[in-house]
Amino acid sequence: MDELRLDGNAAAGPLGEVFSFEVTTAEYACRGCGRAGRLGEAMVYDVRDLGIIIRCPGCDYALIRLAPNRDRYLVDLGGTSYLTTG
Amino acid sequence: MVEGFFSRGFRGRRRNQDPALPPGQYLEDGFPVLSAGPTPHTPLEEWDFSVVGEVDEPKRWSWEEFRALPSEEITRDIHCVTKWSKFGTRWEGVSVDTLLDGVETSAEYVTAYCDGDYTTNLPLEEVTGGKAWVAFAYDGEPLEPEHGGPARLLVPHLYFWKSAKWVRGLQLTAYDIPGFWESLGYHNFGDPWREQRYWGD
Repeated sequence: MDELRLDGNAAAGPLGEVFSFEVTTAEYACRGCGRAGRLGEAMVYDVRDLGIIIRCPGCDYALIRLAPNRDRYLVDLGGTSYLTTG
Repeated sequence: MVEGFFSRGFRGRRRNQDPALPPGQYLEDGFPVLSAGPTPHTPLEEWDFSVVGEVDEPKRWSWEEFRALPSEEITRDIHCVTKWSKFGTRWEGVSVDTLLDGVETSAEYVTAYCDGDYTTNLPLEEVTGGKAWVAFAYDGEPLEPEHGGPARLLVPHLYFWKSAKWVRGLQLTAYDIPGFWESLGYHNFGDPWREQRYWGD
């Protein structure tokens, strides 16, 4: 057993810090075209009650997809190759 | 928090008095527009429709060729997962049976792909046998871009996100590939009568 392998709770501190950030100034890179920018300058499509799609202003690639799911959210960050927070 | 943020358009659950209304739905007179991205405006001379994937030979129609195919008038109720339903919508379109006529395939699933990178997935048997169309007219008029024109998939027996706007083709697959909303928590099949809104319903 790898002694360095811990369960997810061990990352709670840094993850909690990373996932509580000022969204508008966070920087992303688009997985579609590589463009980097601030999330606050991306394009938002609010699909009534279905979800919210944040798209790259350069290529329309879906950077972040967010949907309500019963009493929670489902979030897909897969359209960003990174997010720089803080 | 979810409730406050996302519940603007949702109506409370009403007693369904109309037996034509699936559980949890309310009747809508208008035709709400839901788009997850910019509205594509593909010129008709660049538009085509294809059947690809697990087929012996891919098929392709230009707009002219597509419009020369036999078409049908379709009147059906439609049901959106955001809880509105609209009765008796009138469409004109080409049956998917016509588009798949003569196609040899062992595929069991189909992914509808669209301008704007939208996809939705369906079992092949849900789009054959007179259950699905590629619609090019609504209420006697050419289908407007905001409603999916020049052509959209029409699968009225499933939640309306399956009726993909701006459809450009069908990819037949041996395995099931969750589409745009199906990969974001929405039900893979989406039967309004069984209220299959989310994963696990």
